This record gives sequence, C-alpha cells and structure tokens, in this order.
Amino acid sequence: MTYSDFAPSRRMFLGLAATGVAAATLGGPARSAPIKTSARIVIIGAGAAGTALVNRLVDRLDGAAITILDARAEHLYQPGLSLVAAGLKPASYTQSRTSDWLPGGITYINEAAAGIDPETRTVTTSGGQKLDYDFLVVAPGLVLDHDAIEGFSLDLVGSNGIGALYAGPDHAARTWQAASKFTQEGGVGIFTRPATEMKCAGAPLKHTFLIDDIARTAGNAGKTEIVYAANNQSLFGVPIVSEKVRMLFEDRGIKPAYSHVLKSIEPGRQRATFATPDGDTELEYDYLHVIPPQRAPDVIRQSGLSWADKWTDQGWVEVDQQTLRHLRYPEIFALGDVAGVPKGKTAASVKWQVPVVEDHLVAAIDGREGSETYNGYTSCPLITRVGRAMLIEFDYKNNLTPSFPGIIAPLEELWISWLMKEVALKATYNAMLRGKA
Amino acid sequence: MKDLTFTTLIAVFEEIFGRGLFWAMVVAAVAITVAYLYVLVRDRSMSMRKFLLAQLSMPFGAIAAVLFVQMITSSGFRDIGGPIDLIVLLGVALLGAIGTAVLVYTLQSLIRSPTR
Repeated sequence: MTYSDFAPSRRMFLGLAATGVAAATLGGPARSAPIKTSARIVIIGAGAAGTALVNRLVDRLDGAAITILDARAEHLYQPGLSLVAAGLKPASYTQSRTSDWLPGGITYINEAAAGIDPETRTVTTSGGQKLDYDFLVVAPGLVLDHDAIEGFSLDLVGSNGIGALYAGPDHAARTWQAASKFTQEGGVGIFTRPATEMKCAGAPLKHTFLIDDIARTAGNAGKTEIVYAANNQSLFGVPIVSEKVRMLFEDRGIKPAYSHVLKSIEPGRQRATFATPDGDTELEYDYLHVIPPQRAPDVIRQSGLSWADKWTDQGWVEVDQQTLRHLRYPEIFALGDVAGVPKGKTAASVKWQVPVVEDHLVAAIDGREGSETYNGYTSCPLITRVGRAMLIEFDYKNNLTPSFPGIIAPLEELWISWLMKEVALKATYNAMLRGKA
Repeated sequence: MKDLTFTTLIAVFEEIFGRGLFWAMVVAAVAITVAYLYVLVRDRSMSMRKFLLAQLSMPFGAIAAVLFVQMITSSGFRDIGGPIDLIVLLGVALLGAIGTAVLVYTLQSLIRSPTR
C-alpha cells in the first residue's frame, strides 16, 4: 500500500480562517435606536404572547412604564402537553417560572386583572391596585369551560378512563395514565373536540394519532376501536388538511363520528352523551378524551371589549384581523388566544402576531402609523404517529403557507417534521419568549 | 420561519442545548478543528497512515450520530417518510463520520510524534 502526501498551504488556512470570521460576524438586521417616551403600557397576561411582547418592547422603548399582570407564577409551554399526554415527556418539560422570562426594568404584578375600563383607561387588579394606561395589550389567554360538560370534573382525569390534556401539565400526565391503560387493555377510545374556537385545533388529532400508534406498537391494535368525534362535518378547519386527515384515519382504521359534540358523561357507567344534528346520542367508552368549550376570560367579556355580533357565547376581543388593534379603542391591542380573529390560537401564530402589535404600538408612541400586518399565519406540526408529523402552516384564507416549499412537504408524514416538534420547537418557542425569534 | 437570521439561529441552538452546553460544544468543535489545523501545519503534511485509521473510524461515527439523534427524539428508521428525511439522515451520518475522522486523526497526531 502506498501513502500519498497532502501538503496544505498556509494561504489556504488564512482563506479558511477569514471565511470563518466573516460567517461569525454576520448578524441580524440592525434595530433603530430606542424611542424615548414616558408612555404607560399595561400588558394583561404573561403567557407566550405577553412575555414575547414585553421582551421586545424593552428594546424598542426608552423610559416607558411597562406593567405586566399575571396571576399564575408558572409559565406553561403548552405545545408540549400533547407529548406529556402520550408519555413521551415528563410534566416538568412544560413548566418554568414566569419571572425567569421577564426582562428587568418593568413592573411584574403577580395578580389577575379584575376589571378593565376602556373609557377611563384603567385596569384594576385582583389585589385592588388601580393602573392607568396609555396603551393596553390584552393577552390573558382563554379559559377552559369544564363545567359545560355535565358530569365531568377535573378530579376524574387519570382514572375511570378519562383524559383531559388541555387542563395543564399534571392533568396531561394523568391523561397518559388513563390513555396508557387503554393502549394496554384495549376497548373503545373516543376522542373529542369542542364546538367553540379552540387552542391548536390539531391537538385533538395528535392525541388520537399518538394513542392509536402506541396501542398499535404494543401489538394491541386488534383490541382497540378508536373513534374521533368531530364537532362538524370536517376533521380540520382547513379543507385540504381535513381531507388528508380523512385519508390517514381511513388508513389507520380510526372512525370519524361527524357532528358529535360532547355534552355530558356518566363516569360510573362509562357512557358519554353527544349532541348531534339528529338529537342526542349515547356512546360507551373505555377511554374518553375531553376537550371542553373554550371562552375568553370573564374580565374581558365584562369589559365591553368583545365582539357584539360574533362568537357571542365565547367573547373574543373585537380587533382588526390584520393589525390586531381594537376596532373601537385604538389604544388597545389583543394578542394570542383572546384575539377575535378566525385563526391563530397557537404559539406559532403568537410568534407572527407579536411583531405586528410591537410595530403598531411603537409607531403610535412615535406619532406614526405602523405597517406590519398579520395574515392569519398558524402552524401545527400535526403528529401522525410517534416519529412522524406533517408540518402544516396556513393563513386566514385556508391557503397552505409552507416555510420550506419544495423541501418539507406540508401534507406528507415526515420524520423531519417530527424532529422539529421534538427538538427545535421548544427552542424556537423559548427564543420567541426572550424576544429573539 | 419568520426572520430566520444568524442571531435567531444562535438563540435557537442555545435553547436546544442550554447556553452553557451549546457554547461548550462550539468551543470543543473549534478546539478540535484548531488542533487539527495545528497538527497539519506542524507536520507540514497529512500522514496517510493516520488518515487510514481516521477513515476506518468514519462508519462508526456515522452510525453513532444517527443512533444518538434517534434516541433523543424517540424515533427510528421506520419513520423515514420522504426524500428530505433520507437527506437529513445521511447528513447526520456524514457529520458524525467527518467529526469522528477529524477527532481520530487529531488525537493520533497529538499523542504520537509525527511519523515520516
């Protein structure tokens, strides 16, 4: 055997080194200097939207008095709840402390908003503090109306074959206890979704696909019958995605029950009653996944900020679809779940919404008009089994808006989309919270 | 992805691994690369004997990298669903292979004196 020699030149090294330095100094676009102001800004809610916004505002404004209100000291990474409820991550995966994400130089009040008066521009806290504002951002999230399901209570989750992963990290972990038993013992599993607007309409589907896959992998597919109770005649709000899900359901043997909205349960007899166009129907279950109706918090609904003629049972805030600015009170913006827009109750939507509100808020302080708009962008790594997902992105018009066209196909079950959900999503989310993505 | 800039990418990687581990890994990768360049300059040639062993270690690095990624993401070979998945799989394998080869070559050069 002969060995040939390869003698690299010094000039080549210098060239390589220069390339490396050039790559390292390529930064993002430079931001303009902070605007001096004494504006009083109140942000209701320190969830994904409130936290991301406040971290961006402190870089854009100099001297603003920013106050953020949230009664919950714990921050929840909600996109992780689906993984917790399938036994893939521990509950702690979704938990952190709100205060760890907030910047210095602002006021954080660990109380809920108890009242909003848009006429006198004041917010009252649950502790009785009165806050005057020049600009108000409402981002309190939504409330899960568990009481609307007769016979259901959160104590039932984890036993009696009942799951409810939306209720939080502990309930998601208890959901896995019940779901895991079902994947071992088999029977009838019914997966529901509410008829109201909801957080991440993909999550009910993900839970269905994951539990089906886990039962299949355990060799128990023959013992399980899986039913997906849809709230209307489709499986997903975006028609092309709904059709793809219908095909996947057919492939997996998951039975859709269209226009079946969960009304009440009898945990002792393991029976659930559904409202259907033909009247109420009772179905037996061995595992039932409950997602209750979802509404704006009472403080919003009582403040007169909600739409008067849309979603009257839900109370989402009356904002412009493009700017998220209140249609009657221009100094008020809504972000995240509470915003009264047709799409957008996901963390990915928040990522797109926050820069828009930031732009219009900073422009208003500076005496200009903002130019950024939100097109309804919503994204959902729709898990179709452990190890695969479809990276679905869409806008108000139900158009698919793939981030990586020609590379990551939106309607294909792919490993790379799963990798994104598993590895990159929480990282991107955390970067967003810090105002960096 | 909105505003996918270099700083965003750094922020995302910091979040994936944690700031400490990420920068430790960057430092380790840079240190190994610098050590590799150092031995090349010092020896003024590549030793093909060392390179042979480095090449032989490549398949192990490739397989280890793929298994590592699959392990931390609860997935497996059955999840390959399209062309992009194969490309990602091969990319991970290639990174593992090159990383291992550079590491093995550098370690040999640092431990043993230059052989001519």
